[in-house]
Amino acid sequence: MSVPVLDVAGLAYAYPDGHQALYGVDLHVHAGERVALLGPNGAGKTTLVLHLNGILTAGAGSVEVGGLPVRKENLQEIRRRVGIVFQDPDDQLFMGTVRADVAFGPANLGLKGPELEARVMEALDQVGMADFASRAPHHLSFGQRRRVAVATVLAMRPEILVLDEPSSNLDPASRRELADILRSLDVTVLMVTHDLPYAFELCPRSVVLSDGQVVADGSTFDVLTDDALMRAHRLELPFGFDPRRIDSLPG
Amino acid sequence: MGGPHGHLLHFHAHSPIHRTPAHVKILTLVGFMLLVVATPRGWYLAYGVYLIALLVVVAASRVPPTYLLKRMVIETPFVLFAVLLPFVATGPRTEFLGLTVSESGLHAGTALLIKGTLGVLASLTLAATTEPQALLAGLARLRVPSLMVQIMGFMIRYLEVVTDELRRMAIARESRGFRARNPRHWSVLARSFGALFIRSFERGERVHLAMLSRGYDGTTPDAVMRSS
Repeated sequence: MSVPVLDVAGLAYAYPDGHQALYGVDLHVHAGERVALLGPNGAGKTTLVLHLNGILTAGAGSVEVGGLPVRKENLQEIRRRVGIVFQDPDDQLFMGTVRADVAFGPANLGLKGPELEARVMEALDQVGMADFASRAPHHLSFGQRRRVAVATVLAMRPEILVLDEPSSNLDPASRRELADILRSLDVTVLMVTHDLPYAFELCPRSVVLSDGQVVADGSTFDVLTDDALMRAHRLELPFGFDPRRIDSLPG
Repeated sequence: MGGPHGHLLHFHAHSPIHRTPAHVKILTLVGFMLLVVATPRGWYLAYGVYLIALLVVVAASRVPPTYLLKRMVIETPFVLFAVLLPFVATGPRTEFLGLTVSESGLHAGTALLIKGTLGVLASLTLAATTEPQALLAGLARLRVPSLMVQIMGFMIRYLEVVTDELRRMAIARESRGFRARNPRHWSVLARSFGALFIRSFERGERVHLAMLSRGYDGTTPDAVMRSS
């Protein structure tokens, strides 16, 4: 097989206060895959995500992105390759205009002038927000801000897009629009979510993290229909949702 | 969410004053303020000339005078101080409107009132005719240290987020029957502000993480400032 885009091996981490969040996590994601990372609150999902671009440093084990180990000397390149979309768009959009916000990442990579402008508009086009380039982020609706947050990361042309709870706080129409956008992108996706129907709709493969360990890794259908596994790790399908009774998925 | 577009102090219009580049306006304001502050007390003719010049600019900006007047309430604490001065200052006494007041205090108070009013009106005119983002770009062009411009930019960006949070906390308090009726309830308000401070501090940390994740290394690239 080819070099995985994301290769996490035996990753363990304890917070400075002694609380151990990860106990030997192994995770491989290959180019073009869309993978859902599922797990109850406090399973260590966010801790894992913060290792992927070197915000946190592994206590033991290793993280490699496209063959490049996450180490201090590689951080700039790692952060280009791994694009993280955080849960609260107000944390991610900190500049005065949408354009400046999307330009922030690529400008840090050294782009400028017309090249930078082209990159910004390309990313905004991908999320359907090109008409809002001159607006202030706090004048957008929540769904629009989430989409701009995705664009800020796409503008860096990442190899893997990591989304933390992408569907949270979205109304059903915005949630569906975001799904359409994610499906249209030609990029590897790792999606942390509690929204199991969303995971089923978008990600052919799911990984379950529980108490800092990977307890399941397989097709999303198999994971969601494994009742014993689901019960053991506090995962529940919403009322009325049954993957077995859905015969075709969009796109 | 949503709320009115534009900034609280900005008045949207198309006028020569609105079109003047921000850095020119900032320099003019600073120059004007220095001139006003440096004018000795008692030169009432000079103050009159300043006021007329300022009113001409306001008229040219097409910002309604009532719009500026309403926002001048920010000056109230200074007015109170200026009015108190003649009564608390020492020195020879004089008669003013039938009251015995300190002569030096009277002059100091009048000068403070006039200079303060000119300053507030001039600043409000700048704020009303310049978008916050243009103001920041203007400061950057005037070579104000980029760290300070960045901090001001964050302040503008998060002012509404934080006031929104404050409003939600107030609604949550009132929904549970709370009203700040007497000083004994102030401790609740103080705790709310404490909570708001901690929330804002934590948000600051999350924003910093998000910046690092996009390759931030301590300086906002010039290209970004220009594109804002």
